[in-house]
Amino acid sequence: MASDPKSRLDLYALSFRLPILVWQALFFVGPLAFMLAMSFFDVKNYRMVETFELKAWERMLTRGYVWDSYFLTLGRAALAALVASLVAFPAAWLLAFRASETQRRWAIFLLVIPFFTSYLVRTFSWLVILAESGVVNAGLGAFGLGPYTMLNTGFGTLVGYLTLVLPLVLILQTVTLAHIDPRLPAAARNLGCPPGRVIWEVVLPLAKTGLVVAALFAFILSFGDFVAPYYLGGSKPPTLPILIIDTTKSGQQWPRAAVVAVMMMLTLFAIAFASIAFAYRKRASK
Amino acid sequence: MTQRNKAAPFAATRRQALKLGGAVALSAPFVGRAWASTTEINMLAWYGHGEPDIVGAFEEANNVKFVPKYYAGGDNMLGLIAQSPPGTYDVILSDAEFVQQLDAAGYIEPLDAADYPLDDMLYPDFQKFPGHWSDDTLMSMMVRFGHLGVSYNTTAVSAEEAESYACFWKPELKGKVGHFDWHLPTLGQMSLYNGNGAGLWDLDDAAWAKVQETTMSLRPQVGGFFDFGGTFNGLKNGEMLAMVGIGDWITGILEKDGAPVASVIPKEGGIQWTESYCIGKGSEKADLVKTFIQYMLSPEGQVKSAQMAAYPGNIVTKGGFELLGEVDPKEAARTHQLPGDPMNPITLIDTGRIHYRDIPRQQSLEDWNDFWSEYKNA
Repeated sequence: MASDPKSRLDLYALSFRLPILVWQALFFVGPLAFMLAMSFFDVKNYRMVETFELKAWERMLTRGYVWDSYFLTLGRAALAALVASLVAFPAAWLLAFRASETQRRWAIFLLVIPFFTSYLVRTFSWLVILAESGVVNAGLGAFGLGPYTMLNTGFGTLVGYLTLVLPLVLILQTVTLAHIDPRLPAAARNLGCPPGRVIWEVVLPLAKTGLVVAALFAFILSFGDFVAPYYLGGSKPPTLPILIIDTTKSGQQWPRAAVVAVMMMLTLFAIAFASIAFAYRKRASK
Repeated sequence: MTQRNKAAPFAATRRQALKLGGAVALSAPFVGRAWASTTEINMLAWYGHGEPDIVGAFEEANNVKFVPKYYAGGDNMLGLIAQSPPGTYDVILSDAEFVQQLDAAGYIEPLDAADYPLDDMLYPDFQKFPGHWSDDTLMSMMVRFGHLGVSYNTTAVSAEEAESYACFWKPELKGKVGHFDWHLPTLGQMSLYNGNGAGLWDLDDAAWAKVQETTMSLRPQVGGFFDFGGTFNGLKNGEMLAMVGIGDWITGILEKDGAPVASVIPKEGGIQWTESYCIGKGSEKADLVKTFIQYMLSPEGQVKSAQMAAYPGNIVTKGGFELLGEVDPKEAARTHQLPGDPMNPITLIDTGRIHYRDIPRQQSLEDWNDFWSEYKNA
């Protein structure tokens, strides 16, 4: 009887938690399990046959091009996360420490605006901007430079990834830095600490969790993105999401596509866990 | 007072809701009848075939509505059908080389040859097109075709250079050669370049290895792999100066818009894509679909196909050929669909420069696709 209030509390809490648990079970865990099961299926005459075979795994894991795609995707997503973090940081610093509360609010509102437009539409607009006869090259041409090939290159893909992730990284970094007591970096400066060291030894440790989470989001979104490497990178060479499309498009090899998808999920899980562990480790020890 | 004020809008909303509900309930039978009178025809086709410029007049005349599902590539089409319950698609536009597989898998209904203008076909082969007949039963009706060769930007490649697939290896085109992202047309063209001629699809191990080697040697030239929109865009903005695996079906639209692009059939030969209509197995609207296929083979339907906004296709009937010359002589001249024109598509077939697109005979589509993935990653 004494546990009555506690159990009431549990039920109350559960009523809020249950919908999200049910949702996740239905639309995340369920499809994930099905995808894993599908990777052991077979395809005969363009139809999937429910069986338990390792054919798709053997096939995909022994193909050199799959591993080439894997490491390429990993590298490009990591690069996007790094570049987005570095590019966003100075702007986030300004918004967090130099801008007024109103200016910061407006900046965050403006950073949300790009999400009002479809990512695909934003990507297609880059086609016009980055083309050899496009806006950037026309500008460079005025100074006697170029034209440079930017579309259908790794650079094009990176621009696409940044279009997707940069506003998000900037918002996350700004919110993180804004929560740091501004007196701390100011105190460090007053005590004679040079600016670089203030960033490295005061701001970064305090903002580590938020910065890592922002970079992690950038990595996750880039790693799974199909649009940028296909339309701005010219599918040359294909990243894992393109490989999934290719595999399903031709021959309807859903089990092989599932293998690639499982590889991607495992990679994301590993990187996400490692990143979160890294982000919180030092803080916990403090 | 406050309570009344709060309650009033709620009451009004409730009354409005009741009124609206009643109106909906009363009008439902009429709405239902109005919907029922328009028959929906589910179509599986390449992009553009279910658009108003092609089916609009037929929809109006027959009170039907096409619901298209578009695909790119025959194996993509087979996969979509395989994953759908029987009867999902009433009309299927298939690439000719996949009709046999549709038939073997039991996805299509036999047609009555007497229903279609076979006697009016422009070329004898079109009457009994390979793979379209199961013994003496017609399974699919050819409706249009086109040729794949060298597609190029006329400011970067001369007409003489475009006379051979060798132009794709031109040093000045490094990074500027694009691929339509489907293995079949490209590998077919590489096979032709290797001199396999009419046996381009029937490759033994040595010939297949050679095709792979030739294709791989082109890889440093390649600027990208594109879908329909990307191919179109790449040629239009000049990012790609030559394109493997396509033909007038893409450059034709750009050419009409004034872009400096063209497609020719090189001396090694070209490949014919052929599109044919089938009636989906289990379709409850087979009669309507038959009427639609008849319409598409009528002179009017054939001209619409030749002028199709998404991508043009050549005419297959004599009636359509004549009508195109009368109503759109410009397009007839642009596509050489004129009597006596040396580049007339039928003349090209007749003189052996064109080979019908097929599937690999000694390898599986999977082998070709596997190589394609390797090639893209190289």
